[in-house]
Amino acid sequence: MLNATTALVMPDLSTPAGWLPIVFVLVMALAMLAYVIMDGYDLGVGVLLRRADNEAQKDSMIASIGPFWDANETWLVLGVGILLVAFPAAHGLILGSLYLPVALMLVALTLRGVAFEFRVKARAEHKPMWDKLFYTGSLLAGWSQGFMLGHLVTGFETHWASQLFSALIGLCLVAAYCLLGSGWLIMKSEGVLQLKAVRWAQASLWLTGAGVAAISLATPWVSERIFDKWFSFPNVVMLIPIPAVTLALFVVMARSLKRLPVRLAQGNEYGVAVPFACTVGIFLLAFYGLAYSLFPWLVVDELSIWQAASSPEALMVIFYGTVVVLPVIVGYTVFAYRVFWGKSTALKY
Amino acid sequence: MDNFDPLMLARMQFAANITFHILFPTITIGMGWVLLFFKTRFIATGLDHWMEAYQFWVKVFALTFALGVVSGITMSFQFGTNWPGFMNTVGNVAGPLLAYEVLTAFFLEATMLGIMLFGRGRVSERVHTTATLLVAGGTTLSAFWILALNSWMHTPTGFVMIDGQAHVTSWLEVIFNPSFPYRFSHMMLASGLTVAFLLAGLSAYRWLRGDSGLAVRASLRTGLYIAAAVIPLQIVVGDLHGLNTLEHQPAKVAAMEGIWDTQQGAPAVLFAIPDKATQSNKFEIAIPKLASLYLTHDINGEVKGIKAFGDKSPPVAPVFFAFRIMVATGLLMLAVSWLSVWQMRRSNRDVGVPKTWLLRVLVAMTFSGWVALVAGWYVTEIGRQPWLVYGVLTAAQAASEVPASNILFTLVTYVTLYAGLLFAYISVLFHLARKGAPANMHVEVTHA
Repeated sequence: MLNATTALVMPDLSTPAGWLPIVFVLVMALAMLAYVIMDGYDLGVGVLLRRADNEAQKDSMIASIGPFWDANETWLVLGVGILLVAFPAAHGLILGSLYLPVALMLVALTLRGVAFEFRVKARAEHKPMWDKLFYTGSLLAGWSQGFMLGHLVTGFETHWASQLFSALIGLCLVAAYCLLGSGWLIMKSEGVLQLKAVRWAQASLWLTGAGVAAISLATPWVSERIFDKWFSFPNVVMLIPIPAVTLALFVVMARSLKRLPVRLAQGNEYGVAVPFACTVGIFLLAFYGLAYSLFPWLVVDELSIWQAASSPEALMVIFYGTVVVLPVIVGYTVFAYRVFWGKSTALKY
Repeated sequence: MDNFDPLMLARMQFAANITFHILFPTITIGMGWVLLFFKTRFIATGLDHWMEAYQFWVKVFALTFALGVVSGITMSFQFGTNWPGFMNTVGNVAGPLLAYEVLTAFFLEATMLGIMLFGRGRVSERVHTTATLLVAGGTTLSAFWILALNSWMHTPTGFVMIDGQAHVTSWLEVIFNPSFPYRFSHMMLASGLTVAFLLAGLSAYRWLRGDSGLAVRASLRTGLYIAAAVIPLQIVVGDLHGLNTLEHQPAKVAAMEGIWDTQQGAPAVLFAIPDKATQSNKFEIAIPKLASLYLTHDINGEVKGIKAFGDKSPPVAPVFFAFRIMVATGLLMLAVSWLSVWQMRRSNRDVGVPKTWLLRVLVAMTFSGWVALVAGWYVTEIGRQPWLVYGVLTAAQAASEVPASNILFTLVTYVTLYAGLLFAYISVLFHLARKGAPANMHVEVTHA
């Protein structure tokens, strides 16, 4: 639906109309990154729920994400909210092109969010049904987000190859969420569940790696401009650390996952945070690489952040609020994570 | 699919979403403060039944909050997918208001909720009470921002149009626009009433099933006293809101009243079936001159009819009927809450509950707040049609180009989902009421 390649017109960056869109695309990217990592681990735990052996394990898994999931999803509202208020033209264009996957994601997130509450409050005989919806919702939410990511990097092509690519990226993102989720469980749980989580992480590792590789290879292939950005000299030398460090993180994680069962059997918790930390590192690098490829475009080669931005005066009003409030949000989020630090305990209220 | 009007489908989809969404924040806004009340009573008196009441209602709160969050996420997407023209035209106004809602309210409520629900035992009692206060404050703050935006869409002020885009000249005038104080008060009181009847209804249900504990009694009394105190206020505020609407959106009032022709000494139409084709009422029962009296405070005052507004007038029948449903529910609430309080005070102080038949009425009215609320929102929102932003932008101008088939497909999906969830929500509330065991006995998740 969008074909004409637009030339990039960059306004004077010392004017508000120049720098405000950069600030907001940064805040939006950070919100999306925070969302992908934080809701990522709880979506992952939801997908893994089906692998649990018994009710007690399921309850423990859900207890580990209970205090956090509401706030985790709020980062999505912030990310999409900034897209809406700071880049209204892109919000309509992007979400219009992704109308059906967006609807799928919304239905999935809805089912999963409410199943979380219903499973412990509804009649006992309905609990398995809500657990199933929790699993299905988590799975479809993750998959549809990956599907949308696939479309974003291929410039919203509707060609079947692009659809297939996006569907595969969907699977890879689900795997990546499982990796985050099992990393989270390795830190937050104990005993049998903790050992199972190590195995889940090992199983998710390879598909996650395939996804990162597929996105990295596809992005330059879609646009000549992105290709040049990565492979022209001297950029290529400066950028080599990104894939190199990503690869190193995968290796470190694979080794850690191999050693953990032995250590855990001896009651040694050393290194339980390594898989989660490595996964977060991989997400950060992949995200950075993607941002480097796309910037300053919201739709590859068609809509730049300056073309899509709201008027500087409206952005300025939001800017003041963001500068004051965002640090406060980060502050009490850190506080909430500290309150629930350590192994998760029974959820009751 | 050509038979379906994409604009109508987009409106229906948005209406379905926002109707479903509004049900839950309406409860959490009021319930947050009720929980804080229970908590502070417990701290002040040391009596366990206040904590027991807290622990029962916090479950209801958590479930309701979850439904509010997930349906709210859907809203944040639909603003853009259904109404791209809205942000393109008035984004400079709507954007900052929405952004401030997310930044100042959403994170606060969602993060503090975790501590409020699961933090007891991990944080001090004082921090836990503060978290409860922040959740209540967060929900109210979020209502403040979104109602500022909604009110602005009805009575836009504080901006100029330049090249087809609204630019703000005064944020104070944007936020405190002429209908905002009325709409905000009306909505806050509606939230209070919805929660009051929910408290009373579920507690009456528990009482009727033989759970006559102090916690049930405290919840029942709290609900009934709130209802009895709030409903007269709500009637006064509602009337003031109506007069404000007459000043700024006379077409809406004409539809509410079912008055087609501009006239002096307009009658108050009690019942009628407004007919769009003939532009007149059928089966009208009316009291002469009364509408002029209460609208203009002059028995022969002039009231503008719907015909005076041509094609810039809303559909009459839905506005007309929704208004009557809202008023009738309000009057019923007044009668039931006052009768209950009167009986409660008159009866033996040890028992202090209304008679059995009245308890049954209260159970039937558990969700009466929702009925009045949705009817009231339909009056004001359908009454604004064909405008999206009154006098600035019509819904048709703001609509998207998403194919009708896609909208229809997702509309059916959403409606099915929402119907299922609403059914589950109501049955689970009654299930919780039946279980009714003291919450500290009720360990939901066990972990070694």
